[in-house]
Amino acid sequence: MNRTAPHVEVRNLCVTVRGPDGGPLRIVNDVSFDVARGEMLALIGESGSGKTTIALSLMGYGRGGARISGDIRVGEAHLAGQGGASLGAQRGHRITYVAQSAAAAFNPSRRVIDQVIEPALIHRTASAASARARAVELFRALALPDPETIGNRYPHELSGGQLQRLMAAMALITKPDLVIFDEPTTALDVTTQVEVLQAFRKVVRDQGATGVYVSHDLAVVAQMADQILVLNRGRVREQNSVGRILEEPADDYTRMLIAAANPVVEARGPGVRAKAPLLTIDGVFAGYGAVDKAGRPAHPVLSDVSLSVGRGAAVGVIGESGSGKSTVARVVAGLLAPTAGTVSLDGTPLAPMVGGRTREQLRRIQIVFQNADVALNPAHSVEDILGRVLRFYHGMNRVDAQRRVAELLDLIRLPANVAGRRCDELSGGQKQRVNLARALAAEPDLILCDEVTSALDTVVRGAILDLLADLRRDLGVAYLFISHDIATVKALCDEIVVLYRGTRVESGLCESYAAAPYHPYTDLLISSVPEMRTDWLADETAVARAPFAHMGERPDLCRFLPRCPMAMANICDVLPPPRRTMSAGNAVLCHRTEEDLVP
Amino acid sequence: MKPHNLLRRARALPPSGKIGLALVTFWIIAAIVGPFVTPYPPGSFVSEEVFAGASSRFWFGSDYLGRDVLSRLLTGAQFTVGLSAIAVTLAVTAGTGLALTAAVGPRWLDELLSRAMDTLISIPSKIFALVLVAAFGSSLVLLTLIVSITYVPGNFRIARSLAVGLARLDYVEVARARGEGRLHIALVEMLPNMIRPLFADIGLRFVFIVLLLSGLSFLGLGLQPPDADLGSLVRENVSGLGEGALAILVPATAIASLTVGVNLLIDAATQGGKG
Repeated sequence: MNRTAPHVEVRNLCVTVRGPDGGPLRIVNDVSFDVARGEMLALIGESGSGKTTIALSLMGYGRGGARISGDIRVGEAHLAGQGGASLGAQRGHRITYVAQSAAAAFNPSRRVIDQVIEPALIHRTASAASARARAVELFRALALPDPETIGNRYPHELSGGQLQRLMAAMALITKPDLVIFDEPTTALDVTTQVEVLQAFRKVVRDQGATGVYVSHDLAVVAQMADQILVLNRGRVREQNSVGRILEEPADDYTRMLIAAANPVVEARGPGVRAKAPLLTIDGVFAGYGAVDKAGRPAHPVLSDVSLSVGRGAAVGVIGESGSGKSTVARVVAGLLAPTAGTVSLDGTPLAPMVGGRTREQLRRIQIVFQNADVALNPAHSVEDILGRVLRFYHGMNRVDAQRRVAELLDLIRLPANVAGRRCDELSGGQKQRVNLARALAAEPDLILCDEVTSALDTVVRGAILDLLADLRRDLGVAYLFISHDIATVKALCDEIVVLYRGTRVESGLCESYAAAPYHPYTDLLISSVPEMRTDWLADETAVARAPFAHMGERPDLCRFLPRCPMAMANICDVLPPPRRTMSAGNAVLCHRTEEDLVP
Repeated sequence: MKPHNLLRRARALPPSGKIGLALVTFWIIAAIVGPFVTPYPPGSFVSEEVFAGASSRFWFGSDYLGRDVLSRLLTGAQFTVGLSAIAVTLAVTAGTGLALTAAVGPRWLDELLSRAMDTLISIPSKIFALVLVAAFGSSLVLLTLIVSITYVPGNFRIARSLAVGLARLDYVEVARARGEGRLHIALVEMLPNMIRPLFADIGLRFVFIVLLLSGLSFLGLGLQPPDADLGSLVRENVSGLGEGALAILVPATAIASLTVGVNLLIDAATQGGKG
């Protein structure tokens, strides 16, 4: 093989699908690129840019009957025009794939190790014993705990981050010519993402693997890739080295992507904080499952959470999955009864469940869910959805409702002709706007936003955040904004509450999160957000190992203890933590004093 | 639904759906106009020969008593098509209604309904019908009721599992948080999203009902002479099976074409576009 020729060569790649009108629709248009041996190329773009389609066509796979044309060469194999057996010989052997959701990609009824070594056995590249040995080696390289035995577990016994790394091991077991990573960390918590990225980068370097990394997140890509290919609507906008793209982007679209990655919301709220808060959550305990005699649910989620939202204020609630942040919204909305504590609106305690609240109280608090695909009824048109709220709360007749729907659509910056369409005909961003408009239709005082921007890609997210900020300024609506992404929360909110396993570990004004001191968990959250520079990701976790990692949780002690690198013997593992107020005004639930918490 | 819309939808059906639509339309027309266009009275003995083959006088031959098969078929279609359609409507309305009640109602009600349905489903349908027919005597109303009650639990189970799945979705949660009543949640938020799988179920149940009705008639528990549905026609001519008489082949083919047609149509209609 010619040493100077690129390892992967793609020329004039086009992918055509059947369009909605039945005619051919090109979703990838004349894309050409090379990947040198041992390099990682990132494909980046918004959803619909064709990045995953290109990645899959490298395996000769077109989703839903898509037709692939052009030249694709991986190593010495030409893929174009191949099919059946010869393609099967490449897939999972010379070209492998790491999917977005490993949790869904593993078979839940088989042990992990059997699935990891399966490609090697199918393609007969190694015996079962040597494949197992290589798997264990890869597990160790991927920094998985107990590399010798972890493979004997079943997928449900492992965390999302661990499964994602195991999937990488599966992809590398046959020593492939090309590994395709398709948004492998998008579904993970930000703290887990760091570990997984570190493991991926190390193993890719050690194995000398060539890769294609699909992502919408420039900051993540900056850590992983050598080259970046920027895509928009199936066309190449720019290809260059990571450093050049980040520092001197040549294309307008690239500049827009970079700008959108750091959301800056221009329109801040009124800034006046009224004395009497609009919503007060006081000492709320809540959970799922049967409640025992002591009033504790079988699966407690929230313990002693208090917070308040002023009129027209935006309060962010942040935490990783399992922190109970969505449960806060469900308790406030009256969908889940707290086992203790109260929720009050304007000083009036609210009934624990929806059924006990007046229609006026219900109208004043509206909830917007994360995933607009399931939050909007697919059987109804946009007009039905918004009109129902208008009739329900405001008793409007058909004509008034129609006029108001048009106003609402204008408010959320959608064309008026959307009204007659069903939701499955709208794009993700449009759906999320309709989702928001439904809450606005009630003319609420408070909107509970549960991860409303998490399912959107960066450009759309920026637009939705701008819209939220404008609505707040113009309508004076308050937000309880729940998110796992601290950058989003910082951009929109004036106050931030950090939840960890159902306890409020820190709360304070947005400004107090600009610099330490903060709670060790907040510190971890903030430092885990990838920054847009190539040297951000350290090779090894610099954080000292947590001294109490072996300890299980005890309800009265600090919940973060098993992960806390700053825990103190005989204090943190004995006494419940006090709430300290720092000089910046943020309240931190920790034994450490302000001086300790400043690095 | 405007007529030209229906026509456009019919045109958009795949070929299998068009065949189904043609068969179903044929049988509906046969059921409605059939009794008025019979060449002979269905009960009169018009042929000297029993189990006669096709001829210009008797298109589908004669039956075991020398009656005209075509006339009997045209008279019988209304019972099979009509009874089955009424019974399936009753069964699905009751089953889905109870299922929605169970899904949005309190937990104890769900338990109560589910266990009641389990009890009902555990009674063999033919025995159930036999006991009721023995107790009350056979009549059209009773027959329809028996057949629909028999198929309520099956539909209940399917509709309930659909509804329970939908009840957890965010748009139902949103409606609940808005303070919507249970009736609105069940009928406006949930039911429209269950239509497609429910239609598939209706197709299946229609076939079961046609077969059960025919089966009951075959056992002599169904329609009583002189009335005869398609199943009775098969039963009374069973002695002609050995000689391959048209009198038994024609009604059997009729049952098959009706049930196959209904299912082709429903499958095609629920796959593309909206159910």
